[in-house]
Amino acid sequence: MMKITSRNLNVFYEDFHALINVNLDIREHAITAFIGSSGCGKTTLLRCFNRMNDLIDGAKVHGEVRLDGKNIYPDGGDLLALRRKVGMVFQRPNPFPLSIFDNCIYGPRVHGTKERKKLEVISEHALSAVLLWEELKDRLDRPALELTGEQQQRLCIARLLAVNAEVLLMDEPCSTLDPIATQKIEELLVKLKKDYTIVIVTHNMQQAARISDSTGFFLMGEMVEFGTTKKLFRSPKHKRTQDYLEGRFG
Amino acid sequence: MNKFIETIIEKSIILIAFSTVAVLFLIAFFIFKEGIPFLAQYGLPGFLTGSTWLPGEDKFGILPMIIGSIYVTLGALIVGVPLGVGSAIFLVEFANKRIRNIIKPAIELLAGIPSVVYGFIGIMVLAPWVRINFGGSGLSILTASIVLGIMILPTIISITMDSLTALPSVYKEGSIALGATTWQTVIMVLLPGAKSGILAGIILGMGRAIGETMAVIMITGNAIRIPTSLYDSVRTMTSNIALEMGYALGIHRSALFANAVVLFGFIMILNTIAILIINKRSK
Repeated sequence: MMKITSRNLNVFYEDFHALINVNLDIREHAITAFIGSSGCGKTTLLRCFNRMNDLIDGAKVHGEVRLDGKNIYPDGGDLLALRRKVGMVFQRPNPFPLSIFDNCIYGPRVHGTKERKKLEVISEHALSAVLLWEELKDRLDRPALELTGEQQQRLCIARLLAVNAEVLLMDEPCSTLDPIATQKIEELLVKLKKDYTIVIVTHNMQQAARISDSTGFFLMGEMVEFGTTKKLFRSPKHKRTQDYLEGRFG
Repeated sequence: MNKFIETIIEKSIILIAFSTVAVLFLIAFFIFKEGIPFLAQYGLPGFLTGSTWLPGEDKFGILPMIIGSIYVTLGALIVGVPLGVGSAIFLVEFANKRIRNIIKPAIELLAGIPSVVYGFIGIMVLAPWVRINFGGSGLSILTASIVLGIMILPTIISITMDSLTALPSVYKEGSIALGATTWQTVIMVLLPGAKSGILAGIILGMGRAIGETMAVIMITGNAIRIPTSLYDSVRTMTSNIALEMGYALGIHRSALFANAVVLFGFIMILNTIAILIINKRSK
């Protein structure tokens, strides 16, 4: 089952052609990784899936992106509903300057849930799913900025689970974490994939190889190669992919 | 030779920088030198809580002026804070570049208008309006609150804008990415995040309102009594000094200096609070 598909997707920042003709199918309940050197367009592609590029002045998106078969770039589409379904985790953990609890139920609250009891149930579920509940249940009213980097990143994932997101977009979620924290987040992602569709952008090829099911390799705005992770890493079809994997550039 | 010139320039710049501080100390010293002996003789409690100010009979109670200053300042905040914070939110989060480039300089211009002009508008336009619609003489707490509220807008707007733009952009992105609207993002994330900066801006605006003199003399009516309604005329501490210093002699003159000491204390406390809040934020 394909969750997200893109056809002839092109993105421009003013005159800069950031993403060139990307055609891609992302499978449901799997982890899809985008690799490539910085500036190659992988983050731009990720931000097409929840239309975060709309926030950037001068960004233009041409072509088609479909979520569950429905075009997400129609005129007057419901952006709020889209972003609820397609959540995003950022490079630097970005909990809001609020308490742990308020961070966790931020999404449900902005979407209109008011009853305290309901919010408490939601926060317990979301925090349990990211394995934070046991650690934090006694200090939910503490500021989220007091947590460690890893806990903050887990909390940011919990925030998405609390709005019943279906797709989790991750923009180098481990780049500010140490190796042990990285390993824990990776384990969490593998555990989450049975319920969610995960798309992860990473600098770290080993990370893509360890956790992803499919991988796309990007170079200067083009998707050079896309396939199952096993195949792409063992027998890349393209010379450029092979060169990158062997560390000849990038 | 070059090194010699360099040293001279360096030393003179240090001198210039310290002369500002020296002026501050001179002002403080001068006011306290004249005011403190009076306070010691008359008694601080009697001075602060006395409600009659009759220099001819040697009665110096500044309670009506303290209350006048506090009412007018609070009124200015009630008018200025919602307008100022609201404008700042609009300019930072909603307005496009073109609108911002028109409004921002206009607000800065507002700060450059002499206060006598504000007072003039107050007395000619606002006071008659208040008189017709609410009664009284029109020279009242309400009139002064509106005028001072507008006068403190530039301070509140620029500091609120600074603290909103200083927030990391990932807060906003994170909130938008969760499906929140811009307005929800402002109310639920950005304002709590910027609250100490906004508070500092409000306190600085308050300092400006409490210290304002010219406009206040023109529009408060300057009656020495404890006001009972919004449409009553009041006299503030600053007006009291400005109105009477011209002809005051002897103990009357010292009493006005003591009044200045109290005002100095008010403003020092406000500024200290603002600085503490700003420092706490940058930690």
